[in-house]
Amino acid sequence: MAEEIKAHITGVVFQVTAKVGDKVAAGDPVIVLESMKMEIPVEAPRAGAVKEIRVREGQTVQEGETVALLD
Amino acid sequence: MFRTVLVANRGEIARRIIRGCRALGLRTVAVYSEADRDALHVKDADQAVLLGAAPARESYLNVERILEAARASGAEAVHPGYGFLSENWRFSESCARAGLTFIGPSADAIRAMGDKPEARRRMAAAGVPIVPGTVDPVADAASAERVAAEIGYPVILKAAGGGGGIGMVKVAGAAELTAAFATATRRAQSAFGNGAVYVERYLQASRHVEVQVFGDTRGTVVHLHERECSIQRRHQKLVEESPAPNLDTRTKQGLTAAALAGARAIGYVNAGTLEFLVDPQGDFYFLEMNTRLQVEHPVTEEVTGLDLVTAQLHVAAGDALPFSQDTIQQRGAAIEVRVYAEDPAKGFLPSPGTITRLSLPQGEGIRVESGVAEDSVVSVHYDPLLFKLITRGVDRTQALERLARALDVCELEGVKTTLPLLRTIVAHPDVRRGRMHTQMVEQGAFHG
Repeated sequence: MAEEIKAHITGVVFQVTAKVGDKVAAGDPVIVLESMKMEIPVEAPRAGAVKEIRVREGQTVQEGETVALLD
Repeated sequence: MFRTVLVANRGEIARRIIRGCRALGLRTVAVYSEADRDALHVKDADQAVLLGAAPARESYLNVERILEAARASGAEAVHPGYGFLSENWRFSESCARAGLTFIGPSADAIRAMGDKPEARRRMAAAGVPIVPGTVDPVADAASAERVAAEIGYPVILKAAGGGGGIGMVKVAGAAELTAAFATATRRAQSAFGNGAVYVERYLQASRHVEVQVFGDTRGTVVHLHERECSIQRRHQKLVEESPAPNLDTRTKQGLTAAALAGARAIGYVNAGTLEFLVDPQGDFYFLEMNTRLQVEHPVTEEVTGLDLVTAQLHVAAGDALPFSQDTIQQRGAAIEVRVYAEDPAKGFLPSPGTITRLSLPQGEGIRVESGVAEDSVVSVHYDPLLFKLITRGVDRTQALERLARALDVCELEGVKTTLPLLRTIVAHPDVRRGRMHTQMVEQGAFHG
């Protein structure tokens, strides 16, 4: 079943590093947020395939918001 | 002297500059982004001009919009503050082309010191000691490895086009070098658009001591003594003070003489800072020069009794420096801490939000430079610095005691801050004794 990957911090999406269908390992960055001049990766909590990316570059995301789904 | 100054910045430094302009009876123009409509610097200024959307490249880094704001408001000079466009030589040139005075050094000086290998070359030529390593960028990992073998590990790989600690990679031994070189090149490319890196010996347990210099257009260059800024995290300073404690006279004289020689060699005008690493033997090495007003300039102001911002305005207007070397003295001691919106419980990740409660200390020997108040929104778009707390005393002990008390009574709710870490630092026995080095935070000296 799909697992939500949530932003652990409020920030602006700096880069979407994974795309739908990508196989990721636990700890791989899925997106990179920029907040207060720092780049902060949002990582996959476990291994899996990226099912959906819900954000695009330049978009502001809130802490706790789902940024991607992992299959 | 000009009548109207545009302040091309935000937060506490914009407010500080506006205050300096006021002291000379100058009219001030603030600029702001959509995120900063209600910001304090906008309220402080005589006039304010909206630049654009919240992201810095659309507002505080938008040269065209800033020049337009200057034209529309009748400003004759632009003060860049620190960060943003302050060390962008193209911006300085654009100001000149638009008939505006850039309050800072020449575009040539900014350019030379912003190019780190060039800065090392120029300083070495002026007789200023530089950290052992390469002066030119290294072509590839193999060349970096040859240099590292020569100067000895650990080494640090630095972006040739960068600064502020961004993109630096420490390398403990030859086995890590190839991977580290790739990382450093990638970081340099993404941060500065220039992948060139150079190699320096990594100095362990050294101190960060910097010298404030000031030049005018008549060829006078003076120093305003040193600041110790050894307490850093991720190469960002947390605590700064003047004088540097336990700095022997010979080293101190060497530092100020080197700083003056370096500044004179490049014909430096206006406020600048030469940063050095000082090793346990008292040998020192040039790190970089910041061609602008520093975040930590208040500690120098507090110990010398001089106003660096009004001096910047005078010098930019073509006046002689309002102070001479023999009148610049350190009296007592001053210490500054930087309070950042960062969450200690989350490894100091940024902590944006709204400040719901803020109570700042006041009293004798306490100075606060704040960009925020209650209800201020701390945006994800800008630097996390909220305010600076500066105390002075007849000596370092009194300044530290005042700082400890001032930190204790600070109350801030709504965002997480570095206040708890700063309280621990100020109480630490090694800090109290004035025995500090640049790796203390990373080595965990202030945990628990």
